[in-house]
Amino acid sequence: MAAAESYPDDLRYHPEHDWARVEGDEATLGITWFAQDALGELVHFEAPEEGATLTKDQAYAEVESVKAVSDVIAPVSGEVLEVNRAVADAPETVNDDPYGEGWLVRVRLSDPGQADSLMDVEAYKQHLAEQG
Amino acid sequence: MQTLLRTPLYDRHVALGARLVPFAGWEMPVQYEGVIAEHRAVRSDAGAFDVSHMGELTVDGPGARDFLQSVLSNDIERLEPGLAQYTLLTNEQGGIVDDLIVYELASERYLLIVNASNREPDYAWLREREPADADVRDVSDDYALIAVQGPRALERLGLSEAPAFTFAAGEINGVHCVVNRTGYTGEQGVELLVAADSAAELWDSVLDRGVAPCGLGARDTLRLEVCYPLHGNDISPETDAISAGLGWVCALETGFTGADELRRIKEAGPERKLAAFVMEEAGIPRQGMPIVEGGEVTSGSHSPMLERGIGLGYVPADLAQPDSDLTIDVRGKQRRARVHKKPIYSREER
Repeated sequence: MAAAESYPDDLRYHPEHDWARVEGDEATLGITWFAQDALGELVHFEAPEEGATLTKDQAYAEVESVKAVSDVIAPVSGEVLEVNRAVADAPETVNDDPYGEGWLVRVRLSDPGQADSLMDVEAYKQHLAEQG
Repeated sequence: MQTLLRTPLYDRHVALGARLVPFAGWEMPVQYEGVIAEHRAVRSDAGAFDVSHMGELTVDGPGARDFLQSVLSNDIERLEPGLAQYTLLTNEQGGIVDDLIVYELASERYLLIVNASNREPDYAWLREREPADADVRDVSDDYALIAVQGPRALERLGLSEAPAFTFAAGEINGVHCVVNRTGYTGEQGVELLVAADSAAELWDSVLDRGVAPCGLGARDTLRLEVCYPLHGNDISPETDAISAGLGWVCALETGFTGADELRRIKEAGPERKLAAFVMEEAGIPRQGMPIVEGGEVTSGSHSPMLERGIGLGYVPADLAQPDSDLTIDVRGKQRRARVHKKPIYSREER
């Protein structure tokens, strides 16, 4: 079952509809409820390699539904520590639980201060409202 | 800004929470619950599609049969009232102006159900060539078309079985319509042609009988699994019927437009053929992706039944045989695929 719309307040958000859960010098990344809803049920996650370098605002992966493919934009720079194999095997996990079981990668931040430039939940909701 | 056309069922789609998208100038439902769920509903039970965007042209008159025989690829002499036929509107080069179904409504009276995006070009094509004793009309605005497809479609509608490509007047819950034994999913089912002002009542009756509303997203994945070509993707005025694998609807002896050129291609053997393929690796083929061995993907998607990428594309003729290895360039990544006999999915094999 697809998740109900939600935007947790402990996450930081990127305008391209990506989230980061920052814990010290590491972060877990994923796509927001809005992003998965726009795409529809995911059928493929083209994951980066573990050890790959992410650059803030650049694509690091692709998520694909029956109808469309979308780049996943890195909200922060860093090195990929872990890829969520559960999502690679069952991409619809992202639709079911975009902020929990549907996380995409875990990274070591190359510049932990970068996270401060991301939106908090209120700013992201405002951003969504403006997109109408 | 161009205004999108709406079918008589537009309000129903909105009420059902459909996601509406522009398609061929129309605002159409791409999905309701989700493409995969709708696809599976049609493969296992029954689904209903609003395909009222498709065009309806009539050709009447004492010269109608000879006229249609000269412009359509299949042999219209095989029809009689109550029978329909899949056929092609071809150009002088044997290219495909449109693919369509022609229905013989009565002696000297034919109905052509054509692709939405080709309604105007087809009408103009026919009007330019119509003889004095045949009259072509575009009656699309008078009708809606609802496809009901799936192994339980007939049971749910209370209809009995009938041979494919036949049609007859019928009714569902008292709503009169023409019941066409046709479809675009590879499943048993019907396409119901109904007066535009009765369309909403018919749609409600169909859904009340437990048929799932399905959007154009599932319609596309369903037709791709059974390798039905989509005009504009897999076939076009620039692709010929023989290379497209549609020689079986070309009665060359009738001398229709382009028949000589198609005979030449058939005898020489086409250089490229439209092949179906299944991905051997992760990745989903999409229209326009290069096929490394030559050619490109003309349709590609995720197959909900196979749970992997599938597609159609023109490849060098010697690679069109089943089990040939292909390589698809998926946004710069080389991914292996294998040619599959058509259809890719058939219920009998599962």
